[in-house]
Amino acid sequence: MRYIPNSPAEREEMLRAVGLERAEQLFDSIPADIRLDKPLQVPSALSEMELLEKFNRMAERNPAATRASFLGAGAYSHYAPTIIDHLISRSEFFTAYTPYQPEISQGTLQAIFEFQTLVCQLTGMEVANASMYDGSTALAEAVLMAERITRRKRVIVSSAVHPEYLAVADTYVQHYGIELERLEIDERTGRTSTDALSALDDKAAAIVIQSPNFFGCIEEVAAIAERAHAVGALLVVAVTESASFGILRSPGSCGADIAVAEGQSFGVPLSFGGPYVGLFATRDKYARQLPGRLVGEAFDKQGRRGFVLTLATREQHIRREKATSNICTNEGLIALAATIYMETMGRRGIEETARQCAQKAAYAARRISEIEGYSLPYSAPRFNEFVVRAPSNAGELLSRLASEKNITGGLALSRYYEGRDTDFLVCVTETNSRAEIDSLVEGLRSLAG
Amino acid sequence: MANVPEDLQYSKDHEWLRVEGDVAVIGITDYAQNSLGDVVYVELPKSGEKFEAHESFGSVESVKAVSEIFTPVSGEVLEVNESLADEPEKVNTDPYGAGWMIRMRMNNPGEVDSLLSAVEYEEFTSRETE
Amino acid sequence: MDSTNITKVTPHISHNEHLIFERSQGGRIGYMLPPLDVDETPLDELIPAELRRDDDLQGVPEVSEVDVVRHFTRISTWNYSIDLGMYPLGSCTMKYNSRLNEKVARITGFANLHPLASESDSQGALEVIYELQEYLSEITGLAGITLQPAAGAHGEMTGVMMIRAFIDARDGREESAKRRTMLIPDSAHGTNPASAMLAGFTVKAIRSTSEGFTDLEHLREMCAKGDVAGFMLTNPNTLGLFEKNIREICDIVHDAGGLVYMDGANMNALVGVARPGDMGVDVIHLNLHKTFSTPHGGGGPGCGPCCCTKELEPFLPVPRVVKEGDSFRLDFNRPQSIGRVKAFYGNFGMMVRALAYILTHGAEGLREVTEAAVLNARYIAQGLVSDYEKPFDAPPMHEVVFTDKRQSRKGVHTLDIAKRLIDYGFHPMTIYFPLIVQGAMLIEPTESVGRQELDQFIEAMRSIAREAIENPDLVIGAPHSTRIGRLDEAAAARKPVLRWKPKEAASAA
Repeated sequence: MRYIPNSPAEREEMLRAVGLERAEQLFDSIPADIRLDKPLQVPSALSEMELLEKFNRMAERNPAATRASFLGAGAYSHYAPTIIDHLISRSEFFTAYTPYQPEISQGTLQAIFEFQTLVCQLTGMEVANASMYDGSTALAEAVLMAERITRRKRVIVSSAVHPEYLAVADTYVQHYGIELERLEIDERTGRTSTDALSALDDKAAAIVIQSPNFFGCIEEVAAIAERAHAVGALLVVAVTESASFGILRSPGSCGADIAVAEGQSFGVPLSFGGPYVGLFATRDKYARQLPGRLVGEAFDKQGRRGFVLTLATREQHIRREKATSNICTNEGLIALAATIYMETMGRRGIEETARQCAQKAAYAARRISEIEGYSLPYSAPRFNEFVVRAPSNAGELLSRLASEKNITGGLALSRYYEGRDTDFLVCVTETNSRAEIDSLVEGLRSLAG
Repeated sequence: MANVPEDLQYSKDHEWLRVEGDVAVIGITDYAQNSLGDVVYVELPKSGEKFEAHESFGSVESVKAVSEIFTPVSGEVLEVNESLADEPEKVNTDPYGAGWMIRMRMNNPGEVDSLLSAVEYEEFTSRETE
Repeated sequence: MDSTNITKVTPHISHNEHLIFERSQGGRIGYMLPPLDVDETPLDELIPAELRRDDDLQGVPEVSEVDVVRHFTRISTWNYSIDLGMYPLGSCTMKYNSRLNEKVARITGFANLHPLASESDSQGALEVIYELQEYLSEITGLAGITLQPAAGAHGEMTGVMMIRAFIDARDGREESAKRRTMLIPDSAHGTNPASAMLAGFTVKAIRSTSEGFTDLEHLREMCAKGDVAGFMLTNPNTLGLFEKNIREICDIVHDAGGLVYMDGANMNALVGVARPGDMGVDVIHLNLHKTFSTPHGGGGPGCGPCCCTKELEPFLPVPRVVKEGDSFRLDFNRPQSIGRVKAFYGNFGMMVRALAYILTHGAEGLREVTEAAVLNARYIAQGLVSDYEKPFDAPPMHEVVFTDKRQSRKGVHTLDIAKRLIDYGFHPMTIYFPLIVQGAMLIEPTESVGRQELDQFIEAMRSIAREAIENPDLVIGAPHSTRIGRLDEAAAARKPVLRWKPKEAASAA
């Protein structure tokens, strides 16, 4: 096996050096009756050439990967500068472990410190951690953190949060005695209905919303923050499309207490759903309740600046069952990719990307709404996603669009919402050219007839 | 050798207690701060909270450890040492003075009698070290 | 030569790379987008001003592409990495990360595939998941499997939640409520108790014997209380020893109505040699980023598949990837499932790499890896036993624990030995874990180290043992060769600075 340095002869010598004759004896401490007495049912080794051929063949069976696409809903196609992949592929980054030895991990530690800072800047929050698995688990952890801070068990969650995020939150809280109550959607605006909030009382730990929400509508975050704070509850804001930070008022400046986001938009490949990176930020006063790792500034005896993992007493390896979370491995390398993205695009690029997304989505929405039979059911302002109501079954329409026009036109909402057969969600980013948008419009027009 | 002032009472959880009438001042011992290392954070209760004897009233954190702190006697918290929020290192540098943690009105000053004297505590810690 | 005469020597510029925010200069640009090709609508008509940012992204860096490349290249040189040398972190399994696996994961058909693409448009990706599931089931001897968890701790949470759901279904809610204790050895990873808490269990510790094994008497005593839902065991345990009584352990727990969870962090000692399913284990998580070599990347991403018995299969997270005829589909219709633990299907990119790893090795290669990893650890154990205290006599599997007992008499502690190892060009071992061993040094070489390098490591450790006697201050002051010295972690934790701020803001705060 070419990944094992020692030759068979060297291994023989080493075996003798430790007083053994056969490799099998290395496993003498495993009782014979539970040792495997036959080879694993795994094929024989493939060479590099054979392996590439096999994987290329499998990859060809994913035609959606090479088609013009208007799919969003929690995972987004954005431009990723070429240098990201080069830099994260440096051995020093991708073959390093968690930076437990700061003297020889300053590269990773400084990059995480920059990541934490950038997340604070974009979310408008005061402190951010070193990453969570993804946006969905970050949201679930935010709900648990709100319970820790307030010691209250009722959490009010908007129904316009990504359905998979809601499902993950349900799983995480099921043994915590936390009730997740749903807020309805205002069918006219597409925003979370705030009617039920008048019944809000001091039993509520938090209100949880997503903005832009799952249907692409921008929520009135500041107003909802006021309602939450009036009864001593926290506001948790989730963002699935981080490109929106470039143009929308930040959760922090709207009064959010915890902001979580999916950072995939920042230079991370779609990769069929992962690995992505969860952003998690809050107020300074809640820093000791944060889940996950934190990097802080520190100095050596000569006064030289460096960075270390800090406030570790919150974490599982020290506080065990009383830890703020069970998370250990996070998304280090993906957080690095997002950091490089944010720095390369920079102040102007993040803003321009967001502006292009909004403009192109507006153009697409207008063109689609002009087609006979199609309409846009929601009136609220949007960023780069919107719901379209089709004249016929949306799932069938989209699958014909794929097979006949080679366009992935969006997501049929029937995947998540029973009975919403004619609605689909369209996402437009800076990567969709006008020509692609026009083809989508033409395709929808021709298939409607 | 750890400093064990003679005029104080001690618990087996390594807290010290100074009796001032029916009020007890409580902190952790020199031995305790020494085995914890650099104290970086002290979590204390609020004034007015009530505790039973041997109940946890907070925690002391070093860089890589957390220790709960226990009330040697029962009572109500009158005052906490707010300055430890900014200068937790006082627990290391002056555990019996500026590093005090809470002042408590004792429910039953008789509980003090069950605590260790300086001599007894010194004996206790020397056994633990072995 | 008198070094004070060398006036031109200054630290290389790469040793003094600032934060990117300190490099930023207004007007620098590191990107270019195509011009907007649609008619522009006034922004106020799209998004009202009160919903838009008004801070103009103040503080976000403005740098050129060259700035970014130099910045990250420079700071990267401050990291140790597997590609540079041996990284003997016990329990972390720092093995070689193949470039081929990286290449495979970047094939457009995988990297650019949207998770909500239709099943018919993503058959290749579903096949990757399905095929990996089949091999991991075979390797663990457990039929049920999910690849959804994003890391080991996430897999643990999934597994213990499944145990809870299984007992709820078996005993009924009322009876099940009496079983809320999860037993965990005192030597366990901290994630075990933290994960058990997330599933609503009360954690009770099981002692280890002086030989380093689970104390069966204590286990029996705790199981006799009738409230035990399960036992979470790492095997080989965190001391690097195979729990030879594993069958009996499983019987004790099963007879008491509980289930056995195995933490698979050390599965690299068993692949191709023994299977948890054959030992009586009910559920296990694997760390693809340990056993199957997906890169650790400075702290992730991971992937923590969870494998289980047929009995537990109904409780696996949704959706499951299943095969029907020649095609693959997502099965959401699983009424007993614990639910979803993550959006979409898990860290797919890691699955592609792990599958490539398995296929590159084949059945024979996988076993060869296990043998080489155990042999390397055994070789180190033999090489260091004369200089360091080895607290347990049993032969180690893939990792071995030593202590600083002899060196600490001279005031040299485990931390000092670890830091001194840096001066010899090695990454330190895992230190002060497991918690039950005072001054623990847990060494795991993996199979990715050749004999010469093992010898160099052993020689470095022995040399440090000599220094601890002859010149302890040299060890206590280490490392001496790095860009920065030991950092004041206490000061950092007392007044945490967790983000950069502009100078004015920082001084005002």
